Amino acid sequence: MNLSEHDISLQKLFDTNRAFIEKDAAAGVNLARVKAAEAFAVQGIPSSKVEAYKYTNLQPWFKSGFEQAYGLNGYSADDLKTFECNVHEMESHTIFTVNGKFVEGSSGHALPEGVVAGSFLELSQKYPEIIEKYYGRQAKVETDGFIALNTMFAMDGLFIYVPKNKVVEKPIQIVNVLTGPSDLMVNQRNLIVVEENAQVRVLFCDHTLSMSRFLVNTVTEGFVAESGMLDFYNLQNQHNGTVQVGGYYFDQEAKSQLNANYFTLHTGITRNNIFSRLGGEHAENHISGLYVIDKNQHVDNFSFIEHAVPDCESNELFKGVMDDASTGAFTGRILVAPDAQRTNAYQSNNNLLLTDSAKMNSRPQLEIYADDVKCSHGATVGQLDENAMFYLRARGISKEEANILLMYAFAYEVIEKIKVPSLKEQIRQLVEKRFRGELDKCDSCVVCGQLGTNLIKAN
Amino acid sequence: MLKIRNLHAMIDGKEILRGINLDIKAGEIHAIMGPNGSGKSTLASVLTGNEAFEVVEGTVEFNGKDLLDLSPEDRAREGLFLSFQYPVEIPGVSMTNFMRTALNEQKKYRGEDVLSASDFLKLMRDRKNLVDIDSDLTNRSVNEGFSGGEKKKNEIFQMAMLDPKLAILDETDSGLDIDALRIVANGVNKLRRPDNATILITHYQRLLDYIIPDHVHVLYNGRIVKSAGKELAHKLEENGYDWIKKELVG
Repeated sequence: MNLSEHDISLQKLFDTNRAFIEKDAAAGVNLARVKAAEAFAVQGIPSSKVEAYKYTNLQPWFKSGFEQAYGLNGYSADDLKTFECNVHEMESHTIFTVNGKFVEGSSGHALPEGVVAGSFLELSQKYPEIIEKYYGRQAKVETDGFIALNTMFAMDGLFIYVPKNKVVEKPIQIVNVLTGPSDLMVNQRNLIVVEENAQVRVLFCDHTLSMSRFLVNTVTEGFVAESGMLDFYNLQNQHNGTVQVGGYYFDQEAKSQLNANYFTLHTGITRNNIFSRLGGEHAENHISGLYVIDKNQHVDNFSFIEHAVPDCESNELFKGVMDDASTGAFTGRILVAPDAQRTNAYQSNNNLLLTDSAKMNSRPQLEIYADDVKCSHGATVGQLDENAMFYLRARGISKEEANILLMYAFAYEVIEKIKVPSLKEQIRQLVEKRFRGELDKCDSCVVCGQLGTNLIKAN
Repeated sequence: MLKIRNLHAMIDGKEILRGINLDIKAGEIHAIMGPNGSGKSTLASVLTGNEAFEVVEGTVEFNGKDLLDLSPEDRAREGLFLSFQYPVEIPGVSMTNFMRTALNEQKKYRGEDVLSASDFLKLMRDRKNLVDIDSDLTNRSVNEGFSGGEKKKNEIFQMAMLDPKLAILDETDSGLDIDALRIVANGVNKLRRPDNATILITHYQRLLDYIIPDHVHVLYNGRIVKSAGKELAHKLEENGYDWIKKELVG
């Protein structure tokens, strides 16, 4: 295909800065850039003519006019000392990144021996065998221009490694902060490796702390070995000037469990690419999402569950509450390989549209090549139930309050899936606040229960 | 307490109520009976403010206020309660949260203090005992997965919680077995006071063996065509509604 002007400018940006990007990076990570640059030259940033991106045209946004974040964008790591962003009551191990870059000084619970969670830049050099085995394995550069772009520019992010039989009881919380006086493009790279029979809970919180515009193209790869367990949460609360492509590429071996939950409470444009491969028998995953959007916000959840072997189960539930002229899309692709007998795959996407101008596109895409399969999918788009509304009002509850109760009731099914009680309570409150319009003006760290205004550098 | 004058109401362009007149005083229990399709449930819906119905003529005064001018929630806050014929299931909204929100909004409207969490729970316990409802029902989502009988008991429980001035029970007896009917009737009788009133809408006489009405009205073709004491209900049970239709023609 022909590359666009923007694509060419991104290639130039890469060529110009390549020496700098590669200087401190691990050999395996630099090696991957070669293939990535080749792949990007073929694909570029996908336009809406690419079927998978039909409902979200990101091409106009990704251009080199946005400065690539190589540093902290005028932000000093010392500022984090005043910054406590823990979920209330949740004991966790907390790590910060600023504009995609790991910040020294994680705090909270000590990790069990052998478990590492820290800078991708640093740890990828320390664990070359892990990079060689896993890096770029599930997030394949030739499948998506955004993966290629990320792999070209990737410098830092999170590296989490949980060795065999280790259980990390307290969640690891990663607070991703976008800030600084100038507009930025951020290509953060995260790698999570959960070895055999190991368990970990990871929470990624995405925030914006300054009013600059941000283009985020994150790739997170997660590998769960036999009988391992990964509990993954993503909480997004960014201002309307944010465009975020979140790529999450999971691979599971036999008897492993993956729970991945995506909460989009505030954004400009969000595109989540959620891929999960069930590659070992009796593996199971539960993937859910809740998006609450208004004004001109846009959320597109694109999921692809690959049942590569027999006897696996996948469950997907995505729900959206959409106000004003917000728009959304959901694609639920499920591929059941020819030998993947006795597959159970369930999927549903339900949407509540509060106005006539909100718009949702929902499409299940089932490709089933095995014959002994239980597969179900369902998509609904609807309004609040008028009978329920009248019932509540007939008990003396105002129309506004009844609205909130019913929206919350609709969303609850997703919130219920959160396995950490304190996190569940926190998200429950946030969702309720969001429905009351109290998260609306958020440009700070409200998600963590703390105002982050002191962190905003003078623009 | 309630004065209905020449009330006409329509749905989908069809006139269902054609001039209702009714007076209800504090302390009274009125039964409204009538064949199917006579407009009984429509009357309940119109009084509680269901927007599907359009009032085309007439007035309704409730404790001195123009009831028809109020939103459904304000009618409830003024002390009107409807026990729904078909209570709605609302998954995801817990009974406790529902009742607390409703009660506190009513209290705020009347300028009273809202209940503390512990006072609220105490009230819930107390009211549950009063109406003999399973403890377990209030731990669930509103009416979700409730049997028909449980739903009706739950309506009476809500009535006990909200302590209305005027309660309208819309066919609360339909589909109830005799035990559930006794529980429902018991609840209504226990909540009866000289300063509140009840309208029982029913098709059958059986409920009136347990809740003794002061007045019985027959609604037919959108009008109240006969009013008398409780003996009228027995007569209807024995003879059906045909004699009334004949009387009207004759």
